[in-house]
Amino acid sequence: MADGEHFDVVVVGGGLAGLSCAWEAAKAGRAVAVFERGEEPGAKNVSGGRLYLGPLRGLLPDEWNDAPLERPVARETLTLVSGGGAVSFDLRSDKLRDPAAASHTVLRAKLDRWLGEKAAEAGAMVVPGARVDGLLRTNGTVTGVRLGDETIEAALVVLADGAVSRVALDDQAPPPPSPAHVALGVKELVTLDPGRLEDRFGLEPGQGAARLALGDFTRGVPGGGFLYTNRDSVSVGVVLRLDGLAAAGPQGPESHALLDAFRAVPEVARLLAGGETTEYSAHLVPERSVDQLPPRSAPGLLVAGDAAGLVINHGFTVRGMDLALASGVLAGRAAAGDPAAAPAAYEAALAKSFVLRDLRAARRSQAFLARDRLYGHYPRVVTELFEELFRFGPDGKGRVARPAWKALRKGVLNWRGLRDLWAARKL
Amino acid sequence: MRVDEKLALDAFKPDEEPHIKPRLEVCRTCRDRVCLRVCPGGLWTVVEGTDEVRVECSGCLECGSCVTCCPNGGIDWAQPRGGCGVRFRLG
Ligand SMILES: Cc1cc2nc3c(=O)[nH]c(=O)nc-3n(C[C@H](O)[C@H](O)[C@H](O)COP(=O)(O)OP(=O)(O)OC[C@H]3O[C@@H](n4cnc5c(N)ncnc54)[C@H](O)[C@@H]3O)c2cc1C
Ligand code: SF4
Ligand code: SF4
Repeated sequence: MADGEHFDVVVVGGGLAGLSCAWEAAKAGRAVAVFERGEEPGAKNVSGGRLYLGPLRGLLPDEWNDAPLERPVARETLTLVSGGGAVSFDLRSDKLRDPAAASHTVLRAKLDRWLGEKAAEAGAMVVPGARVDGLLRTNGTVTGVRLGDETIEAALVVLADGAVSRVALDDQAPPPPSPAHVALGVKELVTLDPGRLEDRFGLEPGQGAARLALGDFTRGVPGGGFLYTNRDSVSVGVVLRLDGLAAAGPQGPESHALLDAFRAVPEVARLLAGGETTEYSAHLVPERSVDQLPPRSAPGLLVAGDAAGLVINHGFTVRGMDLALASGVLAGRAAAGDPAAAPAAYEAALAKSFVLRDLRAARRSQAFLARDRLYGHYPRVVTELFEELFRFGPDGKGRVARPAWKALRKGVLNWRGLRDLWAARKL
Repeated sequence: MRVDEKLALDAFKPDEEPHIKPRLEVCRTCRDRVCLRVCPGGLWTVVEGTDEVRVECSGCLECGSCVTCCPNGGIDWAQPRGGCGVRFRLG
């Protein structure tokens, strides 16, 4: 590429946010370039993960019907683990299959590659293996990007470079995120043939399962475990708050050991027995409340997806992919108009969309999820309660409700427990 | 399965220059050494019998946990150059 090349829109990062933006802007006839540091789109990207397409209705083009999705989730399970015991809450419902609300499991290398092809078919230039090193600025307005010694000018730059953004307005690398604002996801991909997978997870052919778990396997570190079924593999991983890992001190657990601890939970081990690990990955997840988000625009610049902190952790599920796609599409639409008006147009569109609405509604989730009793205490109370309930020992049973009351009084109906409940009501 | 065996399943294309460099003089006096426990690749070690901290960059998953958690600004951290580093085939 010759120095001084000029584009209408330059996108930094070929993930979901960047590529959906490029697709949208290219369809509107803009000259778009996407720079992606990986060898191909998706090569660096990790999610749990499942994608909620419901909120994206009306935003995504019809071609999404051909997107490489793995399985529609028809079964949701939440498991509390403590002391070798596990209690599961299990949902199977026709409502999960409602196409308007269904979620699908995905593998990012496949999905992002597909999205890159779509953006390219629409006319965007997708350049893999290209790391952007900085932004160009003229009189306070962003006017392009720098790759090594090369400069590329653009009427508008869209920053979609993910959770660990290293692209700065000036030549100083931006500071890393605070450990309180990110969680670490560590994941393995375990292959299982579809028949065995469906048997193990209790699924009809082609259907998928999502399982989330909280409990003592994270050894007190706020976080949890997840299992998602793909076509012929299972994504298994843990998400751990980095401030929690750091606070555990030199004797604290290693992040990779906590994934092993989750895999060793008998419930989990049974599901994965005989499966072969084929890939190991890790990635950060932004975890900020709506009041702590970084800027989403500046003159000549729009910021989308994880780079703008657009992720919601509801506790039982993490949503970042639908927000990345939505913010990317809205950035692409804003970029299709007058570049000078794009930042304001983008901010207004985001404010009206489900992205900021849901982020605002989840405002208190972050603080709630920082309560460490969620990860040790409550899983223990619930597991012990059920263990008592279903145990008929040599002394007979006595009154059935007694152990339940005892456990509830001791574990939940006290000052701290009631305070947690009070906080939960605002979620 | 050990963590180094898991890393061996991934595809890597190492950069010629290491993209992560601990600042030896800072690390020498660091007590907590949080980098050793947060790294999902188990890539950080203390050279035996010394107080020198090392990182094995060629197995880096590029998550950024080490630089995020280091309380002392003890790490020069960059993403590998374009096309280098880890390449997830599934993700
Ligand atoms: C373990 C885990 C589980 C998750 N589970 C879920 C889930 O179940 N559901 C859900 O909706 N979300 C989930 N998320 C969140 C979701 O994965 C992210 O929110 C989403 O990937 C964000 O997309 P993005 O396009 O903003 O960023 P990314 O996908 O990170 O894309 C950023 C891109 O920019 C590129 N890049 C970075 N810097 C540069 C540079 N300087 N030059 C060029 N290119 C650059 C990167 O290589 C990458 O391709 C999960 C995340 C993790 C880590
Ligand atoms: S990198 Fe940071 S945490 Fe690790 S030893 Fe050096 S100063 Fe300590
Ligand atoms: S970026 Fe992640 S994988 Fe790489 S050395 Fe740091 S903590 Fe380890």
